[in-house]
Amino acid sequence: MALTRDVIDALRKILEPDALVTSPEGRMVYECDMHTLYKGAPDVVALPRTTEQVQAIVRVCREHRVPIVPRGSGTGLIGGAMAPRGGVMVGLNRMTAILDVDLPNRCATVQPGLINLWLTRAVAERGYFFAPDPSSQMVSSIGGNVSTNAGGPHCLKYGITTNHVLGLQMVTGAGDLVWLGGKTPERPGYDLTGAAVGSEGTFGLVTAVIVRLLHAPEAVKTVLAPFATIDDASETVSAIIAAGIIPAALEMLDQVMIQAIEDGVGAGYPREAAAVLLIELDGPRAEVEAQGERCAAIAREHRALDVRVARDEAERALLWKGRKEAAGAVGRIAPAYLLQDAVVPRSKLPEIMRRLQEIAARHRVVMANVFHAGDGNLHPLICYDDRDPDELRRATEANEELLSACIALGGSVTGEHGVGLDKAKKLTLQYADADLNFMYRLRRVFDPDHLMNPDKMLPSHPACGEGFRPARPVLPPGAWI
Amino acid sequence: MAETLAPAFTGADVPDMAALRTCVHCGICLPVCPTYRVLGEEMDSPRGRLYLIRAAAEGRIGLTPSLTRHLDLCLGCRACETACPSGVPFGSLLETARGQVERQGRSTTPRLLGRLIFALFPRPDRLGAALGALGLYQRSGLQRLVRAAGVLRVAPRLAAMEALLPVVPRRADVPVLTPARGTRRGRVALLTGCVQRHLYPDVNRATARLLSLAGWDVVAPPAQGCCGGLDLHAGRLDELRLRARALTAALPDDVDWVVTNAAGCGSAMREYAHWLPGDAGVARLAGRVRDVSQLLVDAELPLGRLGATVTYHDACHLVHGQKVRNEPRALLARIPGLRLVELADSELCCGSAGIYNLLEPAMAERLLAMKIERIVQTGARIVVAGNPGCLLQIAKGVRERGLDLEVLHPVQVLARALDQGRSFGEQDLGR
Repeated sequence: MALTRDVIDALRKILEPDALVTSPEGRMVYECDMHTLYKGAPDVVALPRTTEQVQAIVRVCREHRVPIVPRGSGTGLIGGAMAPRGGVMVGLNRMTAILDVDLPNRCATVQPGLINLWLTRAVAERGYFFAPDPSSQMVSSIGGNVSTNAGGPHCLKYGITTNHVLGLQMVTGAGDLVWLGGKTPERPGYDLTGAAVGSEGTFGLVTAVIVRLLHAPEAVKTVLAPFATIDDASETVSAIIAAGIIPAALEMLDQVMIQAIEDGVGAGYPREAAAVLLIELDGPRAEVEAQGERCAAIAREHRALDVRVARDEAERALLWKGRKEAAGAVGRIAPAYLLQDAVVPRSKLPEIMRRLQEIAARHRVVMANVFHAGDGNLHPLICYDDRDPDELRRATEANEELLSACIALGGSVTGEHGVGLDKAKKLTLQYADADLNFMYRLRRVFDPDHLMNPDKMLPSHPACGEGFRPARPVLPPGAWI
Repeated sequence: MAETLAPAFTGADVPDMAALRTCVHCGICLPVCPTYRVLGEEMDSPRGRLYLIRAAAEGRIGLTPSLTRHLDLCLGCRACETACPSGVPFGSLLETARGQVERQGRSTTPRLLGRLIFALFPRPDRLGAALGALGLYQRSGLQRLVRAAGVLRVAPRLAAMEALLPVVPRRADVPVLTPARGTRRGRVALLTGCVQRHLYPDVNRATARLLSLAGWDVVAPPAQGCCGGLDLHAGRLDELRLRARALTAALPDDVDWVVTNAAGCGSAMREYAHWLPGDAGVARLAGRVRDVSQLLVDAELPLGRLGATVTYHDACHLVHGQKVRNEPRALLARIPGLRLVELADSELCCGSAGIYNLLEPAMAERLLAMKIERIVQTGARIVVAGNPGCLLQIAKGVRERGLDLEVLHPVQVLARALDQGRSFGEQDLGR
């Protein structure tokens, strides 16, 4: 749908002259995020600098019934930051300020466009850090992290984004500017912060976030353990968790992924290994030492080919650079891929890994694995050539099949990337109609006109193009009605 | 979007589709991109530019003024290449795309200024004559008159050029041969450069002196021409090829290394083989190019004490173009009494970028302001960079703000330390 002149004129009055992208080329680069399969260019991109501008944009869009799509750094993996119905995309990349650092109360207030890692950099010298560490943390924005309730390797021990957000300021889809939560953790009333974190821009546009800051641990130990089979690595993960150890991070990478990373980053992972585990322990020094010994012993019991401890911060940083840039490095082996985010109960890890290998082989697709083994959150990347329709079809089928396999084992369609456009329809696999409808009604409270990030997160009803409604009872074929 | 057109790139030197397809849109390049840092918009990020180049290659868009604008605004600093885990060769993709725009005609750019620049810079002889005249302009008091009258305000790009110039030094060429001192290690050719030769003759002389002390015979043929770096970065690939062949012919072949002290030149020369496949002579030259810091880093140098706080700015074409990061720092840190303070965002471009600051003065100025702010935060009295463009740009920022800061090339700092050690001084360097 094209915008009317009125909308553009109204937006021009709100924004600085260089803050409205209208050229076809400019709009084109906003047509997809990191999930390049889903494309939809907005009619216009607005780049506000202030909360007042954001509120004014929402009010104009509401008046003219124009869809609004928020966007941070565009590193999402679910087709969240693209505009399937056009409308106004609001890029929050110019709102990057750290508004307040309150170390005595261990929190900071930041604007949504601030890059995740920049916050840790700003407080690291004083001994603090921001715990949620999605692999994209060197690029992704805190607003985007909040929107998708992002996880990351260290969320195994520290929890995901929602555990680190104390409050947020939001312009709702109704155009109201509200504060949800706040610095004081104990508050009366509903936990609306909890509801809003992970709402993927369907409630409104976040304009400020109060985040928790944590004290950096006394000691950190990073261990790299290569294995000759994926089975051995998976069994090691289950054994570490069963031993009652909660590492700060417990990551697995398979051989396809190792090759891409070594080509791209040179992180020092052994290329001959079928899989490596990256195990990180942090906390008081004595505890870290003891747990490190225990993890190393468990790995050896499960036939680890080697157990290597990072000798210094530089070696640790390099091991992590490899892990964090893994998805980017896949460009070394394939021009495009589908990246899953399914979860299985961690006791099922060895089983699902065997299933994945079998599914990939049957559909003749190359699959790379890099994932948060410790919490059973899988990230299989199914490679395909975007110029080969047959390969895309096989990749899509393999993708569907492995998702069903995870659900069948009692898992979830998404762990940390969010739902977006990619998994909206899949929610019916996991939730009953009544549950989905309840979520839809909550969405309507924040966004009465259904303008905020349409088609994302909740499945649309085919008839009205709006939210989910219960399916009619299925009648047996041939039944009299 | 629009229906498919014919691919926008035609003929020779088209952006390589296989290389374009290695970008998986992860965005790791965004925060290291200077223009993205300033503008916060996707089409002025590496990921966005690659997307547009690919769209043009696939016939989704033509070579429109808007595409051209986003390509023009790129500094070509290649910070995105250092950041990219997929290994997208952004520099060569940009250069071929720019070449296509140049060849197929463009309507929006300051063509006249571009022509003037390319008539001047890559010609050391002409540049020398022009700068001689400018020296006169400065010394005669005419500069003061022009600046006071504000006549340049009507021509911002000309004003940018005028503001950039330091006091033009008198000519002081480096000797054709500077023999090795002490234990001889071999023989090197020195690229004397265009801007370096005329605006920073000290740098060339210090380079020769240091290399000689490190055991190298230094050959500096007087008629060597330009390396073609500026042509390459503007996408003038045929001109680059001419210059690469001419330089290969001008430099002696019987040398162990070809030394550069200008990051932009070294970076371009290392890439000769990519642009002239099958030319063995050019490839041999390209394979032997080293930055001066790489040859000095493990040499024994009689460095005297230099009590100063120094910070180091990474020239883009040294750190990103040639992956030379540690050597200049290690050399500076060896000077007794010198305190090296790390510069925040030291790898972020200062806005110089070859002739970028002349063509895009507004963006260059914003980047310079960011750079100066961070330099001031270090508390250093000397800021060091291994490229004449950066030296000119940062010195301009320092001069305009009236800061008490020296802007020097690493070899100039090392030469000062030698003076303190009082061995083989500048006076020993024959003419």
